[in-house]
Amino acid sequence: MKDAPGTRDYDWWLLAILAAICALGVIEIYSATHGSSLAGMHMKQVRWLVIGFALMFALSRLDYHLILDQAPILYLIGIVALIAVLLMGHSRFGAKRWIPFLGEFFQVSELVKLIIIIVVARFFAEVGSDELSLQDLIKAGFLVGLPLVLILKQPDLGTALVLLPMLVVGAFLAGLQWQHAAVISLVGLLAVGSVFYPPVSRHILKPYQRERVTSFMHPEDDAKGSGYQVLQSKIAVGSGGFWGKGFGNGSQNQLGYIPVRYSDFIMSAWAEEQGFKGVLLALGLYMALLLRLVQNAQRAKDRAGMFLVMGVAAALGFHVLVNVAMVIGAMPVTGIPLPLMSYGGSATLFVFLAIGLVMNVRLRRFVN
Amino acid sequence: MPYSFHNDNRLPQGRLAMASYVIVGMIGVLLLGFWKLQIIDAEKYSSMAERNRVRSIPVIAPRGRMLDRDGRVLVDNRPSFSVLLLRDDPALVEKNLPGIADGLGLPMADLKEELSTTRNLPKFQPIIIKPEASDADIAFIESHRSDIPILEMISISRRRYLPGGFMAHASGYVGEVSEQQIESSNGRFRPGDFAGKTGLEKQYNDLLMGTDGMRRVIVNSVGKEVGRLSTQEAIPGKQIQLTVDYDLQQVAEQSLGTRPGAVVALDPRTGEVLAMVSRPTPDPNDFSVRVSNDIWKRLNEDPLHPMLNRAIQAQLAPGSVFKIITATAMLEDKVPPESYTAFCPGYATFYGRQFKCWVYGKGSHGIVNYRKAILDSCDIFFYNVGMKLGIDRLAYYATKMGIGHKTGIDLPSEEPGLMPSQEWVERVFHRKWYAGETISVSTGQGAVETTPLQLARTIGGIAMGGIFKQPHLLKDAQNVGEERFTISEPTVEKITDAMYGVINDGGTGASLKLAGVELSGKSGTAQVIGYSTRDRVGKSKKFEDNAWFVGYAPRRNPEIVVAVLVQESGQHGGTASGPVVRDIIKAYYDKKNKNNGQTTVEYQHFNFENGTNPAQAALAVNNAQPAAPGKTDPAEAAAAVIPAPPAKALRP
Repeated sequence: MKDAPGTRDYDWWLLAILAAICALGVIEIYSATHGSSLAGMHMKQVRWLVIGFALMFALSRLDYHLILDQAPILYLIGIVALIAVLLMGHSRFGAKRWIPFLGEFFQVSELVKLIIIIVVARFFAEVGSDELSLQDLIKAGFLVGLPLVLILKQPDLGTALVLLPMLVVGAFLAGLQWQHAAVISLVGLLAVGSVFYPPVSRHILKPYQRERVTSFMHPEDDAKGSGYQVLQSKIAVGSGGFWGKGFGNGSQNQLGYIPVRYSDFIMSAWAEEQGFKGVLLALGLYMALLLRLVQNAQRAKDRAGMFLVMGVAAALGFHVLVNVAMVIGAMPVTGIPLPLMSYGGSATLFVFLAIGLVMNVRLRRFVN
Repeated sequence: MPYSFHNDNRLPQGRLAMASYVIVGMIGVLLLGFWKLQIIDAEKYSSMAERNRVRSIPVIAPRGRMLDRDGRVLVDNRPSFSVLLLRDDPALVEKNLPGIADGLGLPMADLKEELSTTRNLPKFQPIIIKPEASDADIAFIESHRSDIPILEMISISRRRYLPGGFMAHASGYVGEVSEQQIESSNGRFRPGDFAGKTGLEKQYNDLLMGTDGMRRVIVNSVGKEVGRLSTQEAIPGKQIQLTVDYDLQQVAEQSLGTRPGAVVALDPRTGEVLAMVSRPTPDPNDFSVRVSNDIWKRLNEDPLHPMLNRAIQAQLAPGSVFKIITATAMLEDKVPPESYTAFCPGYATFYGRQFKCWVYGKGSHGIVNYRKAILDSCDIFFYNVGMKLGIDRLAYYATKMGIGHKTGIDLPSEEPGLMPSQEWVERVFHRKWYAGETISVSTGQGAVETTPLQLARTIGGIAMGGIFKQPHLLKDAQNVGEERFTISEPTVEKITDAMYGVINDGGTGASLKLAGVELSGKSGTAQVIGYSTRDRVGKSKKFEDNAWFVGYAPRRNPEIVVAVLVQESGQHGGTASGPVVRDIIKAYYDKKNKNNGQTTVEYQHFNFENGTNPAQAALAVNNAQPAAPGKTDPAEAAAAVIPAPPAKALRP
């Protein structure tokens, strides 16, 4: 590579937003766990953040074109890894998602998300035309469908669903035709509808998934059963009011009423203790992050870079939407963490690697 | 370039811009969701969070104790631990169930049953899996706190009654409140509360129960208490002092033994109940935790109805005890005049029908006046008196003296008994009164029904000259009711003299004499069925007579009156019930004399030969060994046996 990019070329605004979100996360993880047996978890999260930053910078140095060149091999590795985890992965919390690596358990599906972003970008970048043909659309569907099915097998509905927006956003930017879009929307609506229609959902969802759907629709019915999490989260958010109960003072958070308050439901804990003003800050930061990603896409040197950045934006945006909507009871519990705020090694590393890809694209926007 | 995408810079700027709008819209929609929860519904969720955080735990107020008149404890509480199972985490429950069943010695099936019947209760509400935890259970829980974290103990104070059903019918028992009680209590009762179900426990429940306190604590999501907000101490129930005398109660319990029947001892001057026994009896301790199905079934299916408080609920013909009322009515009404005599050949004929005297077949009473008729309990005399008085006059006097209506004792479910009259048969049976019925009623047979308590009050009241005090068990009862029906002094003198004679002048209670005590009274041997029916079906246990004796002392203005009923003993009232009366009155005087530094009362034997009272028959009341009095007469020996062993031993 000629003219290796300098530090000046990094997106410092993006990094600042990123750092701010991470800080909110660490603060809330501390608040949620400091008095419990999980005390010290915030420091573990800081460790993941440090590793994440390092990986991000490392990945940004490697020209994304080289990465895209390796897309077929990466795809193969991803599929093999998913099959491997199904065959010999570790079960935790009722699902086979983890493989041990360097003394920690990693979720293979997080790595696969990254690979699919790359593969989808490569695929759509190769589509020459401004209009996406039905043939290409179906090909792309199979490309994403295979890992999606494998992740569903674990079972991990949440992660599997994350692959869909990558495909949808990619297809949209690749020139998805309106009539195709209409058909896909229709199929999507039918799929969602069937999930909420018991006679059909009985055949396609696992019992725990059906339970989540039911408890999402009627949380008050069974306040101590499966609707418990959603209801407790809503109570936490609602009781925070505008000003919040203050750092370390949220009763729902501190007394453990919020389920996995340091991870999937961290937004609930944040909203309780920091109130609506805190939510404005957090969601404002996420909006800035996503808009900044789109801006980077708009300024990408080529279509491939643009697809990469928008794949990342699609994944992160979907995470934020589904997680936050779950916290306020607007969507069923799917087990999707809030990027950068939720505690979690694999998820954090995924986000930083994804941002690394974005940086990569940005660093090379003036390079020929 | 190997791939076309490397330098393809046609960017879909329009669609990228649309992506920006989608992002802004998405964040906006999410913010609207937060606005709804945090601004619009903030108050609702705040109160829900508060309800989550704060739990109110009742602090059960111990019930008040019951003391006897001298301050001795009759009913109190004992501490008891119950084992709680915390059910927040079904997986933990499932995992630990075998260990718990094993450690606490509970059948696994029972535990599962308990869990399945309570599965609809909120999960944070623990269930009691074992009331009455033993020391071993407590040790088990303490030593397994870390590996079985779902067991807890709570302290509950349980009722403790004296063993053997001592005073059980008067004290009553407690039990978990019924749904009806909860509904009608205006929020005073909660499910699981214990309240009095019968007897004094029910009557004075409001006094005894006290007010539960409340502990407001902060609990975390698994129900563990992590802080305390406020404590409102429980106000223990009030202690109540009873009029019952433990010593007399004990004598009454022992003397009646296991025979079905009842004993009531009253102080007729005040209406204070000194003793109250009913047999058979349940053990109220069986109810203080949770009555087992077996015991409950047995008590309810027992043909002798142990749950019945015979002292206030047995409504039976009083038999010859009623003759005191008939005689009083005669002397007061002067119809027939005092000098009236009747000839008793053992039977009499009215309206072409033969009525027998109890002496029929054993001899005759000859010419009897009212005094001899009372002493010998001659039926023929009172048949004639009844005929001359008429049912309306008889009913008037009987009712005025307490027959046929409740005494008003401070116990629930007292029965009124029945005093028949012309008005009554017309109202109930829509027919005329048959004159022949008066004949039966005048000797306490027929439709007339009394309770032991009623008879005690009536006889005591007559001896008091017509002052009928409301019987009561609460020592400092306010406004004790009193009915006055003035009986002229000569009548009182004559009636009490006759009742004194029943025991001290060769009457039917002659074997009951006590030296130095003006023990007076009247026996009654009431037929469960009429004589004629008995003649037809023959004598069998099923139709044995009920034996009554109502005695009091001293002769005028008595300090104590005792009514005893022994059901279907097959014995004469003086034989079966009389000794119980005597034992209690002896115990009363023994205690009184002891307090005055005097010696115990001695039993006296009426000697049919010469009318003297051999002192060698004396026996201390608490001496378990029956003395061997002059063994000339087996009936005498039997009568002297005290304290009374079971009924069978008493029968000659």
